[in-house]
Amino acid sequence: MKKYTYTEKKDTRSGFGAGLYELGKNNPNVVALCADLTGSLKMNEFANEFPDRFFQAGIAEANMIGVASGLSIGGKIPFAGTFANFATGRVYDQIRQVVAYSDKNVKICASHAGITLGEDGATHQIMEDIGLMKMLPNMTVINTCDYNQTKAATMAIADFVGPVYLRFGRPKVPNFTLPDQKFEIGKAILLNEGSDVTIIATGHLVWKAIEACEILEEKGISAEIINIHTIKPLDKKAVLESVKKTKCVVTAEEHMMNGGLGDSIAQLLALEMPTPLEMVAVDDKFGESGTPDELMKKYGIDTLDVVAAAEKVVGRVVR
Amino acid sequence: MVNINELEAKAKIIRADVIKSLAEAGSGHLGGSLGLSDVFVSLYFHILSHKPSKPDWENRDRLILSIGHVAPVFYASLAHAGYFPVSELMTLRKLGSRLQGHPGKEHGLPGIELSAGSLGQGLSVAVGLALGAKADKKTWRVYSIHGDGELQEGSIWEAAMSAAHYKLDNLTALVDRNNVQIDGKTSDVMEIEPLADKWKAFGWNVLHCNGNNIKEIIQTYEKAKMHKGSPSVIIAKTKMGKGVKSIEADYTWHGKPPKIEQVESFLKELE
Ligand SMILES: [Mg+2]
Repeated sequence: MKKYTYTEKKDTRSGFGAGLYELGKNNPNVVALCADLTGSLKMNEFANEFPDRFFQAGIAEANMIGVASGLSIGGKIPFAGTFANFATGRVYDQIRQVVAYSDKNVKICASHAGITLGEDGATHQIMEDIGLMKMLPNMTVINTCDYNQTKAATMAIADFVGPVYLRFGRPKVPNFTLPDQKFEIGKAILLNEGSDVTIIATGHLVWKAIEACEILEEKGISAEIINIHTIKPLDKKAVLESVKKTKCVVTAEEHMMNGGLGDSIAQLLALEMPTPLEMVAVDDKFGESGTPDELMKKYGIDTLDVVAAAEKVVGRVVR
Repeated sequence: MVNINELEAKAKIIRADVIKSLAEAGSGHLGGSLGLSDVFVSLYFHILSHKPSKPDWENRDRLILSIGHVAPVFYASLAHAGYFPVSELMTLRKLGSRLQGHPGKEHGLPGIELSAGSLGQGLSVAVGLALGAKADKKTWRVYSIHGDGELQEGSIWEAAMSAAHYKLDNLTALVDRNNVQIDGKTSDVMEIEPLADKWKAFGWNVLHCNGNNIKEIIQTYEKAKMHKGSPSVIIAKTKMGKGVKSIEADYTWHGKPPKIEQVESFLKELE
């Protein structure tokens, strides 16, 4: 299809940092917190420019989540940033009680999500976070795919009242979506129209899906690509409309199969429109050290895995 | 001028409603609620600047209850202060009630800032409130209430560290020092002493009072208000079950309600 190109690879966390900085300039209620990872989260520009609205939490994530909740009661819009692992699993009960059940306007901003965190290894590579967060009532869950989308999402969630989990990553990846795009929470983006299979992708796997689509085209398979950036609430209508046409689905994400985007799509289809489905996701194992590219290949979440899943699922359709 | 006799009478009424609502509920935490009645009366009827008819009043002092299990005394205080009808207290813990077993923000009861029940989290929220108030130069104050057993949660000390780091003298925490928790004496379950030294080491201004003496409680809160440069904690000595002689200081009353047939004699003991 060759519809999408990019001039530059950029990290999604820098998109977050840029979006946060814009918010700093335009929304006086936005405050930010970080648990000793300000540089990694690209929050330095905000911290330096708006020192009165930046709160260093130290290495104390549980406290950071509670402090963010308290700031929101006073009318602030707190953006609390740390690695995805420490932003979710480590502080699950804090998020559950003082953010979700208390319905506080807290934005949990999680960088270095998934296996592409890379060399630091499995202790830091959380691939369960989407599942943890989407199970919480009141929580909106967003996983962005590139720099521009992350920047737009960061700015959009400040205008939305309620708890949000915003997930992004460490490595530099193709920056192919439009700058200054309008980010609509809960709205799927149709990236390519196709007729034989629907590929539903989120996060870093969106670009992989685009690459896979080009390979599939050469093989005579026409793939429709949907970018789901908001995993909860899920854009059910967009999914069902596409699947009605293509009759089969591949989901693609940098997350465990359990609890991820694929699991949400499987639930939707099983209830409303039983359809052959293949999931490109990590199958119930912890990661390990390696470069992001090596790890995506080894753990089965690379371009060719999406291609193989598409071919397989197309073969399962009784036409 | 504060009329201590009036407040003491109020505390009696609130204790009575705690007993009645818990008996009606058939489950819940009596001991801590009775022990903290004097603290709650001091706060809701003297210390706190608040408008029960306007729960979201922007300049209200914020009270964060970290130990959600003393919900009965919290609810009784809110009701008698005018946040909602006193009759609603009898819906405690019932299906569809706004009076959840532990305070739940989304059930719409006015006067609740936070859902609370899982221990060790309220101090962080209080820190966030105090931090925001300072940043905006607001004059409203932040109060939090904690159990002594709750201090075994590590997150309390994360929060304590941060409150001192940010010099939050607009925050006053209170520890309900009744020396007991569900499994027994705090000194047997997990020793928290030397408690005052711990808070001091974390950079807090430490105050003490008899938490069952309204005059002392109020004086101590006033002292905390005057203190500048660091957050204050009041270690308030209370008796679990205070007011009902036959159950005072008996930790087995941490987590159970009076039986319906006990209500009359308990109420008599309050007199
Ligand atoms: Mg106790």
